[in-house]
Amino acid sequence: MNERYSRQQLFAPIGKDGQEKISKKHVLLIGAGALGTGNAEALVRAGIGKLTIIDRDYVEWSNLQRQQLYSEEDAKERLPKAIAAKQRLEQINSDVTVAAIVGDATAQELETIVKEQHPNLLIDATDNFETRMIINDVSNKYRIPWIYGACVGSYGISYAFVPGKTPCLHCLLETVPVGGLTCDTAGIISPAVQMVVAYQVAEALKILVEDWQSLRNKLVSFDLWKNQHVAIRVDQVKKDDCPSCGTHPTYPYLSYDMQTKTAVLCGRNSVQIRPAAKREYDLRELAQLFSKQGLQVETNPYLVSVSLGEHRLVVFQDGRALVHGTKDIQEAKTLYYRYLG
Amino acid sequence: MELIINGESIQLPDSVKTVSDLLSHFRLNHKIAIVEVNLNIIQKQEYETTTLCNGDKVEIVHFVGGG
Ligand SMILES: [Zn+2]
Repeated sequence: MNERYSRQQLFAPIGKDGQEKISKKHVLLIGAGALGTGNAEALVRAGIGKLTIIDRDYVEWSNLQRQQLYSEEDAKERLPKAIAAKQRLEQINSDVTVAAIVGDATAQELETIVKEQHPNLLIDATDNFETRMIINDVSNKYRIPWIYGACVGSYGISYAFVPGKTPCLHCLLETVPVGGLTCDTAGIISPAVQMVVAYQVAEALKILVEDWQSLRNKLVSFDLWKNQHVAIRVDQVKKDDCPSCGTHPTYPYLSYDMQTKTAVLCGRNSVQIRPAAKREYDLRELAQLFSKQGLQVETNPYLVSVSLGEHRLVVFQDGRALVHGTKDIQEAKTLYYRYLG
Repeated sequence: MELIINGESIQLPDSVKTVSDLLSHFRLNHKIAIVEVNLNIIQKQEYETTTLCNGDKVEIVHFVGGG
């Protein structure tokens, strides 16, 4: 045993026993953007047993300002974030098993991972409420805690949800927020990211060492530019008739996604399209098909990127695509169907 | 009226009488927020009927999606 975790073990609430527990835990991280890379690096350095990362996106130049695991090389190669993160994390701590999934965090995908691998904790690092409601239902159905985190501009918010103990996200929100500020319109500064990551990782460590009594139990938010800090006890918001955590749960968000889905991506002038049924593309064949039409194509083992005037279409092996250069879902769909059928 | 909002003393125009008015004033009425007045969380259906008094301690947390 070397000195790697000595300072963390000296911290009394963790100690040797805590470190032992941490080293056996599996965390499922949903999203590998700003919050995802921050959480991933901290947990891997802390020496968890296994980290599974699921992310649908690839690295771009605009990510490098705050997404701490990525390099210029990753952006040049348009490497999928899950893959680039795994590579960097394995350099940081080879003790930790890192699994990368390049794909969308659908209800089906998340349920499959949870049923097969029984992670001890889910960490939210997504950029949309649709996925968070799915995480919330998975958390309640399989009794696994999850930690919400989000940030925009200089503002951030976090809460640790524990099934059977705290209210759930569905109790707090009642409906899924639509629109509102995103990184697209309000931007984001890295200290807001780091602050949310700090709140998330602190609660994660408490959960991983099973120190449940030390959980914050408050919904916390801050604005680093307006110099505000708020923490609210939300226990009283728990609803007995909540469809996700109440006495007769139906987990509504686990049955929603059997259709073609579109999403405008946070911080990007882009739309994602996911076909109803998974497709299996031979990416080399697809690249050739586009080249023959005289289109400018770039490719790597995970995706094909084709320029279409002011738009760019990026296709992944499973048929999922990103249409860049638009926020208009209809326009994006038109391009998708025109080139991919 | 003067309220303590998120720890700061803030002077509000007379038009702000209820929680609902307060959220509109801060342009948070279209966002999903948790509002606590003097340590009690106010249910959404009570925003319009919950009146605020001088010196009330109000905490507002609004949900955002970015990450
Ligand atoms: Zn609930």
